[in-house]
Amino acid sequence: MSLDLPDNPWLQLRRLTPARIALGRTGTSLPTSAQLDFQFAHAQARDAVHLPFDHAGLSSQLAERGRDSLLLHSAASDRHSYLQRPDLGRRLSDESAQSLRDYAAANPGGVDLAVVVADGLSALAVHKHTLPFLTRMEEQTRAEGWSLSPVILVEQGRVAVADEIGQLLGAKMTVILIGERPGLSSPDSLGLYFTYNPKVGLNDANRNCISNVRLEGLSYGMAAHRLLYLMREACRRQLSGVNLKDEAQVQTLESDDPDLIKGNFLLSPPSD
Amino acid sequence: MASFSHAVGAQTYRFDSLKDVMAKASPARSGDFLAGVAAQNDGERVAAQMALANIPLKHFLEEALIPYERDEVTRLIIDTHDKQAFAVVSHLTVGGLRDWLLSDAADEHSLRALAPGLTPEMAAAVSKIMRVQDLVLVAQKIRVVTRFRGTMGLRGRLSTRLQPNHPTDEPAGIAASILDGLLYGNGDAMIGINPATDSTASICAMLEMLDAIIQRYEIPTQACVLTHVTTSIEAINRGVPLDLVFQSIAGTEAANASFGISLSVLQEGYDAGLSLKRGTLGQNLMYFETGQGSALSANAHFGVDQQTCETRAYAVARHFKPFLVNTVVGFIGPEYLYNGKQIIRAGLEDHFCGKLLGVPMGCDICYTNHAEADQDDMDTLLTLLGVAGINFIMGIPGSDDIMLNYQTTSFHDALYARQTLGLKPAPEFEQWLAKMGIFTQADGKVQFGNSLPPAFRHALAQLG
Repeated sequence: MSLDLPDNPWLQLRRLTPARIALGRTGTSLPTSAQLDFQFAHAQARDAVHLPFDHAGLSSQLAERGRDSLLLHSAASDRHSYLQRPDLGRRLSDESAQSLRDYAAANPGGVDLAVVVADGLSALAVHKHTLPFLTRMEEQTRAEGWSLSPVILVEQGRVAVADEIGQLLGAKMTVILIGERPGLSSPDSLGLYFTYNPKVGLNDANRNCISNVRLEGLSYGMAAHRLLYLMREACRRQLSGVNLKDEAQVQTLESDDPDLIKGNFLLSPPSD
Repeated sequence: MASFSHAVGAQTYRFDSLKDVMAKASPARSGDFLAGVAAQNDGERVAAQMALANIPLKHFLEEALIPYERDEVTRLIIDTHDKQAFAVVSHLTVGGLRDWLLSDAADEHSLRALAPGLTPEMAAAVSKIMRVQDLVLVAQKIRVVTRFRGTMGLRGRLSTRLQPNHPTDEPAGIAASILDGLLYGNGDAMIGINPATDSTASICAMLEMLDAIIQRYEIPTQACVLTHVTTSIEAINRGVPLDLVFQSIAGTEAANASFGISLSVLQEGYDAGLSLKRGTLGQNLMYFETGQGSALSANAHFGVDQQTCETRAYAVARHFKPFLVNTVVGFIGPEYLYNGKQIIRAGLEDHFCGKLLGVPMGCDICYTNHAEADQDDMDTLLTLLGVAGINFIMGIPGSDDIMLNYQTTSFHDALYARQTLGLKPAPEFEQWLAKMGIFTQADGKVQFGNSLPPAFRHALAQLG
């Protein structure tokens, strides 16, 4: 039998956010059910970290859509090494670097955008979002006439591995789709990192990030819209990173109507 | 550069330089192994600690770990070192400093006077030969008090940053988490949002919203949107109300460059914040975040161990008289701090070193899902930091940051620390909580009000 706990009179706020609000309390502590829900979510996120990258499945789905892909491996041999040695995850293995050089030699001339997909910390995110995002992105890149590399799949990859890939391909810009570290409520969040003039040795100040792409987060269309904005601005100003701010004014998200931006129930007009 | 040796039993251990002794004396952690600077084995580590204990503090003023000519953080440390304040311990070794800190000679008053006389390297060195209980005991003597609209860091107080993050910066979703936090008595350190986007327009909108909420409910707290300092300057130029100027900082010039900042950029941000004169009780307005491993992750550590790099960041912080500094201890991941044990030790080291240098320290007691850590580890660190007298911790719904994807302390966790350790919120906020009927606290025990505060009942009624 369970105890009668104090009412939670603001339960209705739950519909406004996926955050764990209005959990109630016993004394000042978490009630049992909320406590165990949390433990289960943590267990799921732990499991997502260790899910292997199904590159073969992704590659064949891309092929069905007439899209070529190349499979590469970072210098981190396995997940254990990946977790403890980020330096290895940022570089290609010797064999992968060579096979990419061979590809570039056979396909000279470079491209506007190198498209890289890496498992990162959640292969689950990559499995779920790569195809639908690329579909939206490629509608827009096609319309604007940008040339793209094949989809480069990287096992045990970190963000900076895209710089080496972009450099070897002679790409003007690179974008990497990578599994973000799983959160409790979001084991499947995809991050996009964009670099102009990619080369080995760049750091985060040279990159722009579009984060939290997933069904409950940033939509594929919006993410693609922002990426295309960054590509145009980066080419115009010949840089990316902190000096290239995301000023994309998007009507659906950042309305010009200040009431819509600031307006919420805490700021509604007083009744009397 | 001096070399050092230490004989234990039949074996003599040799160390190339001060930075080599420091790195090898560091309690084991994955980031120092990653950097290739850690001791080869436990014996070498303790021998390095013994060698370090024998080094005179004066030597730290002669041998810079990162050359003066090459690093503006080193220049800041050396150029602002207060020799008069140092005098009281200038005859001591690192080991002697530990003994002094633990002795009755070191009290709140003498430690405050000493702070500008210590360099970050001295603080880091002594921390390496201290156990957890030493780090707690000495930190507990120190108080670093700062003010903006509320007073942080008073003895017997613990503040919380209400962190109402939302994956798409949805205003109503942010507001829902803010109200949840306020109703659990959180938010006296600040209401501080990590935005999901870099867009200046949406950051300005969030700042307007926080300002309106704080004014509407007359909450004695501060607002912060954690965006790059240059974006905060831009927001100020656009006339947007901004309380605290945020920036992530690190302990080397090169690591700061990887964040797109320098000391002069920070100064611009500080000056821009001061120009608004928004603090009612004081003008401490910089909010910095740090964390062990950030210099190494930017490949900007110069072979210096990660805990020493971190402590150098506090020299950057204290130069700008910050409102609060937050070591985000477990956020960076297992390649720097592998498990709960390493995270707990690092959090206590950071808090101790920051306080010793006169920095108003808080800690984001946190972990990610790829680290070998869990809620039990966080409960342990929270309890220890509560005893150590930490200025503030994070408060988030149910420990789950749905935007940044990591776990930090919850609104409930802060209440646990209040109940068990008798810690109250900042005095101005304590009064506000009582006035609103949210809770009062007597003899440690938290007594919640019987009903929703009328002002919030009205807001909830809007939702139907």
